[in-house]
Amino acid sequence: MQSRIILDSLKFQLTIERLCHQLIENHADFSNACLIGVQPRGVLLAKRILHKLEELLPGVKIKFGVLDATFYRDDFRHHEKPLLAEETDIDFVIKGKNVILVDDVFYTGRTIRSALDALLDFGRPEKIELLVLIDRRLSRHVPITPDYVGKTIDAVTSEKVKVEWSENGSEDKVWIIPYKE
Amino acid sequence: MSNLSVNHLIAIKDLQPEDIHLILNTADNFKEVLSRPIKKVPTLRDITIANIFFENSTRTRISFELAEKRLSADTINFAASSSSVKKGETLIDTVNNILAMKVDMVVMRHQSPGAPVLLSKHIKANIVNAGDGTHEHPTQALLDAYSIMEKLGEKQGKRLSDLKGVKVAIIGDILHSRVAGSNIHALKMLGADVTLCGPPTLMPKHIESMGVRVSYNLKETLEWCEVANVLRIQLERQDIKFFPSLREYSLYYGINRELLDSLSKKIVIMHPGPINRGVELTSDVADSKQSIILQQVENGVAVRMAVLYLLAGRLD
Repeated sequence: MQSRIILDSLKFQLTIERLCHQLIENHADFSNACLIGVQPRGVLLAKRILHKLEELLPGVKIKFGVLDATFYRDDFRHHEKPLLAEETDIDFVIKGKNVILVDDVFYTGRTIRSALDALLDFGRPEKIELLVLIDRRLSRHVPITPDYVGKTIDAVTSEKVKVEWSENGSEDKVWIIPYKE
Repeated sequence: MSNLSVNHLIAIKDLQPEDIHLILNTADNFKEVLSRPIKKVPTLRDITIANIFFENSTRTRISFELAEKRLSADTINFAASSSSVKKGETLIDTVNNILAMKVDMVVMRHQSPGAPVLLSKHIKANIVNAGDGTHEHPTQALLDAYSIMEKLGEKQGKRLSDLKGVKVAIIGDILHSRVAGSNIHALKMLGADVTLCGPPTLMPKHIESMGVRVSYNLKETLEWCEVANVLRIQLERQDIKFFPSLREYSLYYGINRELLDSLSKKIVIMHPGPINRGVELTSDVADSKQSIILQQVENGVAVRMAVLYLLAGRLD
């Protein structure tokens, strides 16, 4: 199976811009909304969205946090090694807020399932929405659907979606590559 | 590295420096969990832990129990004073009977050095040593190291990643202290310079071979160090007299406000508890801003959560 690019640098940026406009449509000035990036890979996307939103809405301050859901996963002790957590940092009250969870690739849905559990331990939000860059449809293990989608793709289980970020020294790009065990 | 090199936490000297870093980094995550409105994660909800205490304890027992509950584990508590041990049951029999009720991990304190090692050879469960006689108290050493890194990193707003070149003094009854033993190993592994200070009768012979300095002069030691970990005089372990009187001990090796103020810099004061107020520390030192005694207790829960989480990850 060959690797193929599904979003190049230009389409990548257009997609992020479109997602930002969709968020503005629903949340106006974000006075009662907040962005939370899901560790590890949702954080880069969430930061990119945050910066773009701040560009589009000058002077608006958007609440931003990062959430790690390792301790809420359903596969603890299913691996050889314990899963290690990353930083969680939510320094505002989420009670009554509209929370936008952000992740890069939405696949089985299990990460978001555990992130929802983790999030509720911080309080009771008014509403939780999900934004993803790539939605691998038809591969869900739990009944969860994203509210904002960058691009919907069909990929088989022997393939993997790889997102490259200019923050990490490469060009913004999304690939489908063969999956190696 | 994301896995401990051991199945049991019995002694710091069995660990590699990477194990200590792994435990302390994981403790960072749990410390954040403990600051949430709901201070609990569901990770160990399928695990049962027995806390078996053959010796008195307040802090350590409550700290372990809270750590277990914050991880959603089921816990049972067992105090030897109210059990069949009094009827002559052996340690291995007692523990095997508890394990027959499907217990996965054992946290044990015992008055005999080596009791957890013996147990680990005869039973099928992960064991965490919560203090064995005068031998080791590994979780205390881990939480002490964590507290030092946190306190000295305060200015940078971030916990130090190691203790390279940090000067730590351990003061008091070194001979009877399992905290001293574990602390020396942990501090050396993290790169700290360690000086032990106390009366010659309470200083183990040949202790310098562990790579530490020994001093019998308190004032000199305090001038040298950045952190002073002051140990409790363990009267219950002393069947002969090691010093003439508590009054004399506190005159030579007790720390009071006047002594602290006479130093050229502000040092950090630690104590594993329980404090003999007026003996090793006066109240105005124990309760001062330089003391991080209560932070040690707070960090103890996060560090123990990390130990239990990482060991549970090795269960079948």
